[in-house]
Amino acid sequence: MANLFRLFAAAPFTARFGMIVILIVAVIGLFAPLIAPYGETAVVGAQYEPWSRQYLLGTDNLGRDMFTRLVYGTRNTVGLALLTTVIAFTIGSILGILAALLGRMTDRILSRIIDVIMAIPSLILALMLLTIVGTSIASMVFVIALIYVAPVFRLARASAQTVVVMDYVQAARLRGERLPWLILREVLPNIASTLVAEFGLRFCFVFLFIAALSFLGLGIQPPTADWGSMLRENATLISFGDVTPLLPAAAIALLTVSINFVIDWMLHRASGLKD
Amino acid sequence: MTDDIKAGSPLLSIRNLTIEGRSSEGWIKLVDGVDLDLARGEILGLIGESGAGKSTLGLAAMGFTRDGCRIAGGSIDFDGIDLVGSGETVRRDLRGKRIAYVAQSAAASFNPAHKLIVQHCEAPVVKKVMPREKAMKDAVDLYRRMRLPQPEEIGFRYPHQVSGGQLQRAMTAMAMACRPDLIIFDEPTTALDVTTQIEVLATIRDIVRQFGTAAIYISHDLAVVAQMADRITVLKSGRAVETAPTRTMLRDPKEDYTKSLWSVRSLDHARAPERPTVGPVLSVRNIDAAYGALKVLEGVSFDVHAGRTVAVVGESGSGKSTAARVISGVVRPSLGEVLFEGRRLAADYRTRSREDLRHIQMVYQMPDTALNPKQRIRDIVGRPMEFYLGLRGRERDRRIAGLLEQIELDPAKYMNRLPSELSGGQKQRIGIARALAAEPKLIICDEVTSALDQIVAAGILKLLADIQKERNLALLFITHDLSTVKAVADEVIVMQHGRIAEAGNVGDVFARPASGYTTRLLQSVPEMDPDWLTRTLTSRNAEPFS
Repeated sequence: MANLFRLFAAAPFTARFGMIVILIVAVIGLFAPLIAPYGETAVVGAQYEPWSRQYLLGTDNLGRDMFTRLVYGTRNTVGLALLTTVIAFTIGSILGILAALLGRMTDRILSRIIDVIMAIPSLILALMLLTIVGTSIASMVFVIALIYVAPVFRLARASAQTVVVMDYVQAARLRGERLPWLILREVLPNIASTLVAEFGLRFCFVFLFIAALSFLGLGIQPPTADWGSMLRENATLISFGDVTPLLPAAAIALLTVSINFVIDWMLHRASGLKD
Repeated sequence: MTDDIKAGSPLLSIRNLTIEGRSSEGWIKLVDGVDLDLARGEILGLIGESGAGKSTLGLAAMGFTRDGCRIAGGSIDFDGIDLVGSGETVRRDLRGKRIAYVAQSAAASFNPAHKLIVQHCEAPVVKKVMPREKAMKDAVDLYRRMRLPQPEEIGFRYPHQVSGGQLQRAMTAMAMACRPDLIIFDEPTTALDVTTQIEVLATIRDIVRQFGTAAIYISHDLAVVAQMADRITVLKSGRAVETAPTRTMLRDPKEDYTKSLWSVRSLDHARAPERPTVGPVLSVRNIDAAYGALKVLEGVSFDVHAGRTVAVVGESGSGKSTAARVISGVVRPSLGEVLFEGRRLAADYRTRSREDLRHIQMVYQMPDTALNPKQRIRDIVGRPMEFYLGLRGRERDRRIAGLLEQIELDPAKYMNRLPSELSGGQKQRIGIARALAAEPKLIICDEVTSALDQIVAAGILKLLADIQKERNLALLFITHDLSTVKAVADEVIVMQHGRIAEAGNVGDVFARPASGYTTRLLQSVPEMDPDWLTRTLTSRNAEPFS
């Protein structure tokens, strides 16, 4: 604990800012029912009520409390984005390292499949797949994860290719080590910093992607609260000069920037650059 | 040039120079109170182990320090200009024009995206020494003087289109472009084969003398410095230990440290008894191998016996490393077979049994890439024990500690370190420990000392010899360095163009080489005699350079 604190104190301002924001978001997401004054889908007042003591950020197009929806939205949007990114990274990096290690036919087949996924614009592919499999949360997570396996695979494969030619990997192969050891112990630790940086970036993309899909009506379905669909539902209010509908967008931007601050700092540390 | 060329004021005069580098424990001294004088047209040799501050001092002669280093005290005076006190503009103006630098790796110093001559002309044009037209003509003239083939055209090639030795000569020509007063050579031939090295040395020496340029020649190879320098300064831990004219220094070194540097070269070992009666551990029979259409091995056969060391020598591209890869099963031979204790080994390592894999271990050339930077020493050395011998927990730790002691590293101190916290020589020792951990019968050493400097290398060779004696190991030593062969091997196999040019006991082959190629190789090894280069070149009778 003391160590963690010292690490935090030594971090630059941007990283500290990022960590605090991430911590707050995590707390809000975890304890949403305790923080929110009303229920997630409860209609509590008239449409588009202004900010007041009763409705902290006013109400939305159906008379639900904006602040409550924002709090629950954290849980849905961020939680799902995290889950999706983790799935995409697990599959993508294992397949990428595997392609680099085995080469030849394995590499060719995997790479061509990935090329096919990347050849189709991701939003269109997502819309198409979601129309086929239907719009449920599980299918959305699956479809977005599938789309994001492609760039992760390419990155993991490219960085693993520089590692697999190292003598220590050859030494492990000549020792007779099996694939899981080669992937997890010899290659993965050496490309981890690249993958972590990419994770931060991809997490933001996935997060925006979910928001975009929700905005289009194919993501998280009403009445579940999430930041993307909240923006869409209340978009009409923007033309009246009210900033309330932009708050979910601001939350998305703030979290994206914060994550990148922290990732930058972690990379800086990992690469051994000391200022 | 003779030893008495010190008339007039020196060109470069360094007084009490201290350079510090930043480390995790604060500023540490890299160069500690060094005095140095260099007359016009004189060549000074700087020698010492790696980390002795040779390169730092060489760069300081240009008024330059690497990132994270600073000049903490003393003065550098270049022809009346104070390089420490003057601004960056003054110093930048001198560099390239009056002081030039030739780096160790020409391949890394040339920009791969531009033709040689374009890079050559950059300095003279930018520094307004001569217009581009004239610089181009001059470049061709310099290429001719450096005895590069087709001097008219070679400048229009890209760096990857010429050989390493040619590139190093082109680099020297480039340094000459502005006719500087001083050139700093930082290990210019270390990365080259012996036969290439001799050509580069000869041309560097000629051109420096033709133009009367002063030079600082940095190297860890005494014999090379002896050929080039008028005077030698020995550095140790940032201090100048001894300075003397070359001949005096070679004949009569004063300091103990200098003597120890000298004695490294005469490392010798007790030869193993004559061929034992039991069959060979490893037997390579009529191997042919090819990379695609390119044949790299043709009809290679040899035996390695327990307790004996066989050295495979040859220039790069002679197929010696491929032979090792065929034995370890990484490269499949197109013909022939590898026998281990009389049994035929599968051609592909993936189909070999765990026992077969265990008995043949490798030690690699580059200690930096041979150890996984993310694993601790405990895991690197412990894994083979766990994997092959099923050792775990305390028993494994005890064995690791025993091995570390054997390779002369304190287990308590090193067990939990990462490879990045070790020096090059220590990393190489860990590489050996990892091989030993499998308890093999044969160890293949692929150029294990070529990335290390002499004293450290001597330690590694001695360690291998001790271990071999103790465990009755068979060693296959792949190297391009003939002095290493002399120091460790019982038998030698000389390879050229994928074939065995000559094979036999080291003593016989070295004393009475039967093939012309072996003779040439042996002649190319620099000797500790300042007249060696001149003598060798005369005896070759102006053989054309390639």
